[in-house]
Amino acid sequence: MEEIYLDNAATTKPYPEVITKMNHTLTKAYGNPSSLHGKGLEAEKLIKTARKEIANKLKIKTDEIYFTSGGTEANNLAIKGTVNALHRYGNRIITSSIEHPSVLNVFKRLEEQGYDVKYLDVDQNGVVDLEQLEEYLTAETILVSIMGVNNELGSIQPLAKIGKLVASFDNLYFHVDGVQAFTKLDLFPAKLGVDLYSISAHKVHGPKGVGALYIKDGTRVDNLISGSKQESGVRPGTENVPGIVGFGEAVKEIEQEDFTTKMYRLKKLLVTRILNEIEDSFLNGPTIEQGVPHIANISFAGIKGEILVHSLERDNIYLSTGAACSSRLDTPSYVLEGIGVEGDLIEGAIRFSLSSQTTKQEINHTVNKLKKHVTVLKQIIQR
Amino acid sequence: MNNIYMDNGATTPVDREVIKAMEPYFDQLYGNPSSFHSFGREARNAITEARDEVAQLICADEAKEIVFTSGGTEADNYAIKGVASALEGQGKHIITSAIEHHAVLHTCEYLEKERGFEVTYLPVDEDGLVDPQDVKDAICEETILITIMLANNEVGTIQPIAEIGEIAKDAEVIFHTDAVQAVGTIPVDVNQLNVDLLALSAHKFNGPKGVGALYIRKGTKIKKFLHGGAQERNRRATTENVAGIVGLGKAAELARKSLNKKREQLTILRDKLINGIEEKIDHIKLNGHRTKRLPGNVNFSLRYIEGESILMKLDLEGIAASSGSACTSGSLDPSHVLLAMGLTHEIAHGSLRLTLGKYNTEEEVDRVLEVLPRVVEDLRAMSPIYNR
Repeated sequence: MEEIYLDNAATTKPYPEVITKMNHTLTKAYGNPSSLHGKGLEAEKLIKTARKEIANKLKIKTDEIYFTSGGTEANNLAIKGTVNALHRYGNRIITSSIEHPSVLNVFKRLEEQGYDVKYLDVDQNGVVDLEQLEEYLTAETILVSIMGVNNELGSIQPLAKIGKLVASFDNLYFHVDGVQAFTKLDLFPAKLGVDLYSISAHKVHGPKGVGALYIKDGTRVDNLISGSKQESGVRPGTENVPGIVGFGEAVKEIEQEDFTTKMYRLKKLLVTRILNEIEDSFLNGPTIEQGVPHIANISFAGIKGEILVHSLERDNIYLSTGAACSSRLDTPSYVLEGIGVEGDLIEGAIRFSLSSQTTKQEINHTVNKLKKHVTVLKQIIQR
Repeated sequence: MNNIYMDNGATTPVDREVIKAMEPYFDQLYGNPSSFHSFGREARNAITEARDEVAQLICADEAKEIVFTSGGTEADNYAIKGVASALEGQGKHIITSAIEHHAVLHTCEYLEKERGFEVTYLPVDEDGLVDPQDVKDAICEETILITIMLANNEVGTIQPIAEIGEIAKDAEVIFHTDAVQAVGTIPVDVNQLNVDLLALSAHKFNGPKGVGALYIRKGTKIKKFLHGGAQERNRRATTENVAGIVGLGKAAELARKSLNKKREQLTILRDKLINGIEEKIDHIKLNGHRTKRLPGNVNFSLRYIEGESILMKLDLEGIAASSGSACTSGSLDPSHVLLAMGLTHEIAHGSLRLTLGKYNTEEEVDRVLEVLPRVVEDLRAMSPIYNR
């Protein structure tokens, strides 16, 4: 079997149509969208089409989408931008303890600057504590930022309920890091009481280096980047036209209905086979159905996840132990710690993340190889 | 005849070799550079190679002094806000010029309005040159940063950066230059220029849009701009735009190898264009310095003509040009650069910028020299104030 790529939460392979469109843009439509001549208008039109595609997918207005250089910048812009704009209304900002570093590290920095930051706990399924949120919400609170789907566990947060709680306060915005949720779940920010929603192209078979932020009409956001008037002045800088075109095309290609069912079926096959056939294996976080269709986090007791990942790589199976952003740091996962997984099992954790192109054969092949490697590694340890 | 693209100051066509270099990183080597596995490693190696190429192009001592960004605007923001945040305890004075790109000017204005900084906007002479003596005189105890562009995007004037750098060095003030228009077109050596920070952008020298870099001299005090993962040695969080970075690397390599040839070729075409226009059209004024000027830049004020009407006419003739910078096109304000150079509002409105790139030919210049006088004549004939 050729390579099996089960690290789609880290990044995905762009669709062939995405590459074709980008190639055309790079070769032919190279104009600067701000230019008044034909070459500029051609590029501007391409951006408009992409913006429309993405806005339709999220069921929002076209001019509520602002392109960025990725999910991280979208999160930075949403958080720093709203906090700067609202700081005179209060000092409290709330997030969860299992956010992506592009949210968590921004909050830490704001905490250093004197903001009163509250981190919500999560239960063993990786879901935030709503009662705690109610307790923390005050008239002084200016921002709540909660991820739609956790990148390590695949747990889904109760966004609608959070949106309702937030709605009863003035001068309080609700931001959602939707990077892992986008196109995997039917989440429509405008219907959930969400004011800002971050997304990234390379997680949905688009290119790296491009993302977007939904900013609800009327939401006050200060710029992160100062400059000219691109993206209505909210995000200056010559537009990454091929990247934006690729993003739009990826969203167009995604057929949500089909693959959600298919991916749940594959995830179920993967998880049940592993739990049944490999001793001392444990599913971390939500149950199969409670989590997203594409992520499963499983611990193998007594084995180091990192070693297992390297063993599988020799069989051309590509996985990771957790988030790519922190996988090169020697720190245990704060997400697994946050849901109460014990130290030994944190070290033995592997994240499987599927795509719409993953097949049943690939899953079965992976489990077979996994069984073999786990057995071998356990024998070595026992010796 | 094919359409003629003479708006290379706004953006440039992407070199075929650059596209070829980028392609594998879309569909084969698509890994996340932070991932452990071989997909990740391959992406990481490609970034390392690109970083070496960019470092070579600007003669940086070490590749790790290069941090990739989403473009020139982010690089300028990172440089200025990053130094301001790192040193605001030490002083709150910044020196810049009146003719900077908006990525620099608006960042300085933000620091003034929102963060209590004091900014000195140095004037320029009629050619758009900053006087180094003015920089020296503006420096005070509180000065923490000097930011002056290497070459102006509208009129192409090249500033005495090495000299200003010397002054900054003596005064121990951090010196940033926005070199977006210069890198890849003229030789740039960060040591010879005495700069601590330098912003560049791929799409201005036949690389892709959406990627740029900031050179940060080792030891320069600067705070990071984007917070998140530990990418770019913990200086710029976010999954790397691998294909874009590879494209920037390739563009840097190609630019380095053909820099002298490109400069010569563009200078010949530019001077032919300038001389031809001056010969054939009257009531005009060349904006910017005649020799201390980017090899591809031509900028004229044409009296009795509205900047945008001539652009439309030229576009209909298949010639893509601009009135100034692309970023401010569509706005009704006259160019802040031309105003700073002492032009009146009325004249500043009627400017035409033709910017040449490596794909422009002599035939194209000849065609522009044939079309432009006719277009100018037609438009002036309709002008009620044109005095024959």
